[in-house]
Parts: sequence; structure tokens; C-alpha cells
Amino acid sequence: MEIKELKAIARTVRCDIVKMINIAGSGHPGGSLSAADLLAGLYFGGIMKVDPKNPDWEDRDRFILSKGHVAPVIYSVLARKGFFPVEELWTLRRFGSILQGHPHKQSTPGLDCSSGSLGQGLSITNGIAIAMKKQNRDVRVYCMIGDGELDEGQIWEAVMTAAQHKLDNVCAIVDYNHVQLDGTTEEIKDMGDLVQKWHDFGWNVIELDGHDMAQIVKAYEMAAAFKGKPSVLIANTVKGKGVSFMENDCNWHGTAPSDQQLERALMEIGA
Amino acid sequence: MKRVPMRDGYGKALLELCAQPDNKIMVLDADVAKSTRTVWIRDQYPEHFMDMGISEQDMVGTAAGLALGGMIPFCSTYAVFLAGRAWDQIRTTVCYNNLGVKLGGAHAGISVGPDGATHQALEDVALTRVLPHMTVIVPCDAEETRKATLAMAKRPGPCYVRFGREAVPVVTDENTEFEIGKAREVRDGSDVTVIANGAMVYEAVMAAEKLAGENISVRVLDMHTVKPLDTEAVVRAARETGAIVTAEEHQLAGGLGSAVAECLATLFPTPMEMVAVNDTFGQSGAPQELMDHYGLNAENIAAKIRQAMERKR
Ligand SMILES: Cc1ncc(C[n+]2csc(CCOP(=O)(O)OP(=O)(O)O)c2C)c(N)n1
Repeated sequence: MEIKELKAIARTVRCDIVKMINIAGSGHPGGSLSAADLLAGLYFGGIMKVDPKNPDWEDRDRFILSKGHVAPVIYSVLARKGFFPVEELWTLRRFGSILQGHPHKQSTPGLDCSSGSLGQGLSITNGIAIAMKKQNRDVRVYCMIGDGELDEGQIWEAVMTAAQHKLDNVCAIVDYNHVQLDGTTEEIKDMGDLVQKWHDFGWNVIELDGHDMAQIVKAYEMAAAFKGKPSVLIANTVKGKGVSFMENDCNWHGTAPSDQQLERALMEIGA
Repeated sequence: MKRVPMRDGYGKALLELCAQPDNKIMVLDADVAKSTRTVWIRDQYPEHFMDMGISEQDMVGTAAGLALGGMIPFCSTYAVFLAGRAWDQIRTTVCYNNLGVKLGGAHAGISVGPDGATHQALEDVALTRVLPHMTVIVPCDAEETRKATLAMAKRPGPCYVRFGREAVPVVTDENTEFEIGKAREVRDGSDVTVIANGAMVYEAVMAAEKLAGENISVRVLDMHTVKPLDTEAVVRAARETGAIVTAEEHQLAGGLGSAVAECLATLFPTPMEMVAVNDTFGQSGAPQELMDHYGLNAENIAAKIRQAMERKR
């Protein structure tokens, strides 16, 4: 797919996100918007090997949304990819919906794991990656992690596990938007030089602009080509990207836009 | 009736504690300070506040150290991530050392609503209740949460208080008595006793009022302290009314109903019914919708009261 088309899909995903959360009346727009380009690139840029007609295909690539609160972004991507009808998006968080507030594997076609308790996704990713290697399956496993989520010690335990076992079929993606729930990552638990940290832990580190579609696709390709070590994309992003009044503001971490704000947001994104 | 979220009571009590001269209070949070209301401490008493980031296990361990160093630490985050994620730290570091670490579990119960099962703590009372030295409190409204939090600061040893996210009816006031370990009789009755805690106390009173019209006299106990359980009040209720119904916003296994059953089975076997979530995860939905779906309401309590009374004969 052309970069131009990928950008258009990312805009559609952003519109879906703000609309879904507006209708639901609750949800997490900030971190969903910051991850929109990265996930549009992953699913539509010829990277992820999946089949919407056969969501349980054994040789598909896997995606673990470790920062589960941004469920709206993966729901939109899966719907647009054809895993379920787009109309389902407008039932987000409602009683009986296939789209639970946080990802629930048993409810939603295309989800590879439930999540919502931060810090656990990379361990799960490693487990799947090891299982694939043991069975000689050519499967890559992707895992998106929040930068605030890196506060969790389990992430760093898993970082060492992946390096120890040379899991080069693992690709972690850090959504480095510098904002968590209570404030900026620097105010709360400063991570210093993140690129150096992952490098020192034995990973192949690729730093990129997480909103530049050409860079995104290239980074995934570089990660796939790298052998002998797990790869991590340190993606520089903006929380709330695309909606000016949501950008870089922790107050938009978990707040739904009003009808008026939605209208403004949709105009700014421009589908 | 005035409705206030219980977490407001938690935040208010912490403000009162921090206002005392020469206090040793430290309030810790794990990146959800706005939700737990500890943001009030961050803004007014920053020297008494630490945001530990999304590091629940680290938070509880640090609090243990603070307690060993002579401070009174309060750890606050969502109940799932406190009682669940940091359970081993709570068990082996806090409780085994019998440390005065105070735990505030927010957003507890099914009424968390649209966030769904991952965030609906329905196991935290069971998880904390099994730990030696631990005190477990489930207040019924914002005012009782305030009093419980203040009482925890004075009580030696580990304490856990759980509270919900939604605004719920305020059924007590400043003058209502509160003592850890002592059940509060909300309403006297002679045919059956409902032993409830949390938001279910209000529902129990509604059920009692409804049944009064049918000439059924229902006693209601606010069992805010699950541990140590007020066994005297439980046995007295069993002896005097002959049937017991428990009601809680928690899994049936291991919660208040289990604690009451353990007490009655050994001390005074009595017909008993339980209102609780029965071995299933929650799901997304509006808070009231979910409370109704899982039978956590006055209607279901009334139904269980009738069942318990049937079994009296
Ligand atoms: C174990 C755990 N602790 C706390 C939370 C509550 N919580 C949800 S999102 C969030 C902040 C996440 O920040 P970050 O990882 O930077 O995500 P992003 O900014 O990309 O949304 C917190 C504290 C949680 N879901 N899980």
C-alpha cells in the first residue's frame, strides 16, 4: 500500500477513535491517538501477516496490546481490516458489546490476548515467540507498550528474557509520548536515555518518528530483517496526536470528548 | 438523597491527617492520583506525597520501608492492582513483618462499569482477608470511608480499605458511630438479618423497607469490618432472627458471606443465603445496569430474604 493510502487509513482510525469514545461516554483518547499511525502501518503496511477471514490461523503474526487501555485504536484497525463490521465500533463499552472497555480476547475477533493490567504484555509476547520457534513456525510477535507502562518492573524482567533467548521474532513498540496518567513521564519516573537503556539490555533498537508513515514501515522492515536479537521501536510520538486540544495533555488520557469537542476533533483530523 | 463517591471520603481523611502537626503520614500513589483523590494531597501537602508511577509492587515495598522507618504510609491505587498485583509484597513483606502499611483500594466492585472486567475488583476482600494481621474494611458511604481511613491511621498493623468509584447515597453522618471491628445496626428487625457492606448496605435498607410492607421485619447490619469480624453481632443476629442473608459487591467465594458462613458454621449453624457475584468475571456496562445484571440490588436481596425465611422452618 502507498504511503498516501496508509496516511488516509490512519486518519480514518483517528476519526473512529474520537467518535467511539464520544458515543461510549468514556475511554482513553490520548494514548489511542498517539498509537494510530504505528498500528495503521503495522496492519496495513504489509507487515502483519493476518487473515481477517481466518482470525485463528495458526501461522498468523501476533499482536499484543500491552497498554490495553487504548483498546479503541486496535478495535478501529481490526474493523477497518475486516475482522468485524465497522458498525460494532459504535457499541464500545456498552453492555453486551463485543468491544469491552479493555481488550477481551474471547469477545473480539482478531485480538490475540486480553489486556488492561499494565506491564504484562511483553512477557506474553516472549512466550508466544518461544512457542513459535519451538514449533518452527515463521511467526513474528509484536507488542505495543506505553512509556508510562515502562514503570512496571515486569517489563524489564521480560526485556531480559527476550535478550537471553535471542527472540529475534519479537518486535516491541514503545509509544514514547512522554505523558502518562498523572503527568509527564519525566515528572513521575524519569527514564533517562531510553534508547541507551534498551540497547544496554541487549536489544536491537530502532528510533523513529512514530507519526511518519514512511519511517514506520521502514522500521518494521528493519526489525524483521534483524537476526539474533529482539528488536524494539522507540517511537517518538505525541499523546493526543491530531487533535490540537488533546495533544500533550494528561487530562485527555481518559476523558471522552463532548459532542462539540468531537466535531472540532473530526474537523482537525479531516477524514 | 445526597450521593458522593466514597473515594472523596478517603481523600478528605488524608487531608485531615496531613493537617495534623508533626504527623508521620506519607501518601503514595501509582499514577492514578486523580482517581483515588490523593491528588488533593499532592496539591496541598506535596511533602507528604509521592507518585511512584505505574509500579504497584515497588509502591508497597517502599511503604513497608517507610513503616520500618517510623512513618505511617498510605498506598493508593485501583483495588485490582493493589490487592492483586502487589499481593506477595503485601503478604510476605507487609503482613509477615506486621507493618503499619495502610492500603486504599479504589474503584472496587462491578460498579466501575464501562472499563470492564480487568478493572472490576471482585476478589480483593478475599485476597486480603486470608492474610494474618490484616484488617479489612469495606465502608458503606463517603462519610464512613472518611472515618475508616482516620481509624486506620491510628490502628497498628496492616489495614486495607476498599471503596468504589461511583457516587453512592450518603447514609451516615458525622455523628454516626464507627469503630473498627464493630458492626453497626442500621435497622432493627426480628424475622431475618441482612449483613451487608459497601454500597449494598443502602440496597439492604431498601429491601427491608419494601418487605416491611409485607409484615416481614428485617434487621440490617452494616458489617464494614470484614476482618476482624464482629462474631458477637453475627451470632446474636442468628439467634434472635433465625435467618441470615449476606450482601456484598464481591465474589461469593472468600468475601463477607464466606466470613459470616465460617462464623455461623462453627458457632451457631443458621439458614443463610448470599448475595454476591457468583464465580464469573464482570463486563463493560453502565454501573447500575451491571449491579442489576449481577443481582446486586434491593430486589435480589428481598428475594434471598424470602428464601432464607423459607428455610427457617
Ligand atoms: C497495573 C496497572 N496499573 C495502573 C493502571 C491504570 N492506568 C491505565 S493507563 C495508565 C497510564 C498509562 O500511561 P502510558 O503507558 O504512558 O500510556 P499512554 O500514554 O500511551 O496512554 C494507568 C496508570 C493499569 N491499567 N494497570
